[in-house]
Amino acid sequence: MSDRLSVFKTYKLFVGGKFPRSESGRVYEVTDSKGNWLANAPLSSRKDARDAVVAARKAVGGWSGATAYNRGQVLYRVAEMLEGRRDQFVAEVDDAEGLSKAKAAAQVDAAIDRWVWYAGWTDKIGQITGGTNPVAGPFFNVSSTEPTGVVAVLAPQESSFLGLVSVIAPAIATGNTVVVVASERAPLPALSLGEVLATSDVPGGVVNVLSGRTAEITPSLAAHQDVNAIDLAGADAELAKELEIAAADNLKRVLRPQPVDWAAAPGTDRMTAFLETRTVWHPTGSLGAGGSSY
Amino acid sequence: MADMANKAFAYAPAPESRAVVDIAPSYGLFIDGEFAEATGGKVFKTISPSTEEVLSEVAQGSAEDVDRAVKAARKAFEKWSALPGAERAKYLFRIARIIQERSRELAVLETLDNGKPIKETRDADLPLVAAHFFYYAGWADKLDHAGYGANPRPLGVAGQVIPWNFPLLMLAWKIAPALATGNTVVLKPAETTPLSALFFADICRQAGLPKGVVNIVTGDGTTGAALVAHEGVNKVAFTGSTAVGKAIARTVAGTDKKLTLELGGKGANIVFDDAPIDQAVEGIVQGIFFNQGQVCCAGSRLLVQESIQDELLDSLKRRLSTLRLGDPLDKNTDIGAINSAEQLARITELADSGEAEGAERWAPACELPENGFWFRPTLFTGVTQAHRIAREEIFGPVLSVLTFRTPGEAVAKANNSQYGLSAGIWTEKGSRMLAVASKLRAGVIWANTFNKFDPTSPFGGFKESGFGREGGRHGLEAYLDV
Repeated sequence: MSDRLSVFKTYKLFVGGKFPRSESGRVYEVTDSKGNWLANAPLSSRKDARDAVVAARKAVGGWSGATAYNRGQVLYRVAEMLEGRRDQFVAEVDDAEGLSKAKAAAQVDAAIDRWVWYAGWTDKIGQITGGTNPVAGPFFNVSSTEPTGVVAVLAPQESSFLGLVSVIAPAIATGNTVVVVASERAPLPALSLGEVLATSDVPGGVVNVLSGRTAEITPSLAAHQDVNAIDLAGADAELAKELEIAAADNLKRVLRPQPVDWAAAPGTDRMTAFLETRTVWHPTGSLGAGGSSY
Repeated sequence: MADMANKAFAYAPAPESRAVVDIAPSYGLFIDGEFAEATGGKVFKTISPSTEEVLSEVAQGSAEDVDRAVKAARKAFEKWSALPGAERAKYLFRIARIIQERSRELAVLETLDNGKPIKETRDADLPLVAAHFFYYAGWADKLDHAGYGANPRPLGVAGQVIPWNFPLLMLAWKIAPALATGNTVVLKPAETTPLSALFFADICRQAGLPKGVVNIVTGDGTTGAALVAHEGVNKVAFTGSTAVGKAIARTVAGTDKKLTLELGGKGANIVFDDAPIDQAVEGIVQGIFFNQGQVCCAGSRLLVQESIQDELLDSLKRRLSTLRLGDPLDKNTDIGAINSAEQLARITELADSGEAEGAERWAPACELPENGFWFRPTLFTGVTQAHRIAREEIFGPVLSVLTFRTPGEAVAKANNSQYGLSAGIWTEKGSRMLAVASKLRAGVIWANTFNKFDPTSPFGGFKESGFGREGGRHGLEAYLDV
């Protein structure tokens, strides 16, 4: 070990493309799996959550209006940026989850690859969720999917990085913007991810990261009238029920918590959960019976 | 242009720099990850069609070379097809990124070898090439979701023969879906435009692509014939003329080779009386003068509703007078060179037949450069359905104008063709557009636009324009055992 005294990093929230501290001025101690102090993370307030929703809403138009190709390029850029900071995340996941170096590295590698997986989905999901419908009448009828809007995401509590990426990437791939509440016990990889997103051409406000007490912040997100959907991945059964009830007030789309092996290849369900289907009818007119021309 | 002095403003030359591309004096064949001379050492020259300057010497691949390439591809297939889709995806993403990084170099190269304007290679060809690799990269690990059942399998070695009109883009359309689905390829670029495919070989090297996954064998028609006839090839994909397409269909008859063909066209661009004239004129120009009309899906037949014929043609002629023909490397050039002397002769012969058969020829006054192969943007009025210029694919900047009175007549005339690749419809009335579209026997129909391409959108023809689709989810089927 070198004698050099290292420089600590102040971990901050990531909201609207900026790195604010909690407006409450509060922090909480984050420790490694053995209880050693790692950092003081912001202890977000309900006001922080509302600010994050405002930032996410502001970003919806631009992000959902970007071409799917462009969103794919941006998600791929995230993978490129993460690859370059792989060692940092391996160390953070190692600290956060008490894994062996090799297991932590496997988590980070899988998380990088997950961005690539969803980068490829941006311009394909519409092709498997939409299509024309052969209605019995002279109409052109086509269904297509579009993002629901702002999604509140409770990141998984145990899988601090792979689980986190696995819930953020599918929501934003389709054009939603998210407010994500990091793992309460292990928020540091999530807060560092904000630094990567900020340098990956992800527009500010598309992903907003909060750290703090899940049970304190999430009720205001679940009840927020300008949030369209909520992913309850990181909620226990009791909290999940409470939040689902609150979410019913404006009929948020709810993805309930379920046992997920974050290392396994994902399907499409985390994308389709946050899509709306729009069907357009248009008369086709008629040119008469027509012939059977070659 | 003759009336240049009268124009509100003139353009100063604005040439793109050639310094960005470094063309070697000679190139071998790219087989099993190495460049090698052709057996027998035969070579041919590739020239710049705008100056006739020799750009490089390229190996003439023999049947023996094709055999080596197919064997290399076969050997590589085992490992490549067994890779997890996510790994194949990563290679293709790398290729896409490197193409983006080197896109200006490749655009200049393509303009030099093909003769098309830098404006097009820079703003259309290259962005589409990169996008195509990005798109199919993403499919490589998602084939289970593509609608072809669980775990669809690749075919094996794909023999691919591509044309000279969009050399690198056609390469992308062929190689990207083939690799994504787990096939390996032997590709033969067109005789007159081999260079960008050889540069692509270097991109494969930079991307670390395993040896033998992509093999490039340059040569003429005999090389292509040897490739499609090779018994080690499981899949044949061809883009080019209908005559050659038919010959290939006969060659593969009685084998297990899967075949897709993207052939000629004689696209009808139908303009109704309620169309916005200025937009339609831009669409007509884009439809037939993009890439000097050397486009299989060109809107080479203009079908205009009789009542607006005069207004539309006046406007169209005025617009054609502003097109700038000349140095393809000049950023302001609209019309570049015809790809080869042979193609120029074909266009000239067909255009002359138009006059001989009684159609009225018109072209704007414009000077042609002394060297190289050039043809003025030309339109014919008074064309009947019997005229050769209304029936045969000219593959040049020549527009045949016909008229119609009713939508039914427009459809009948549009469909009166051996081809069925593309069509255009210009009308403000949605129901009319959809009614006409549903009756057109064509694979791609553009409404109030023309010549739009996207990797997510399937492309391909009805009738003798070929079969199979490239692009989109549909494009996967051509390379899967389904």
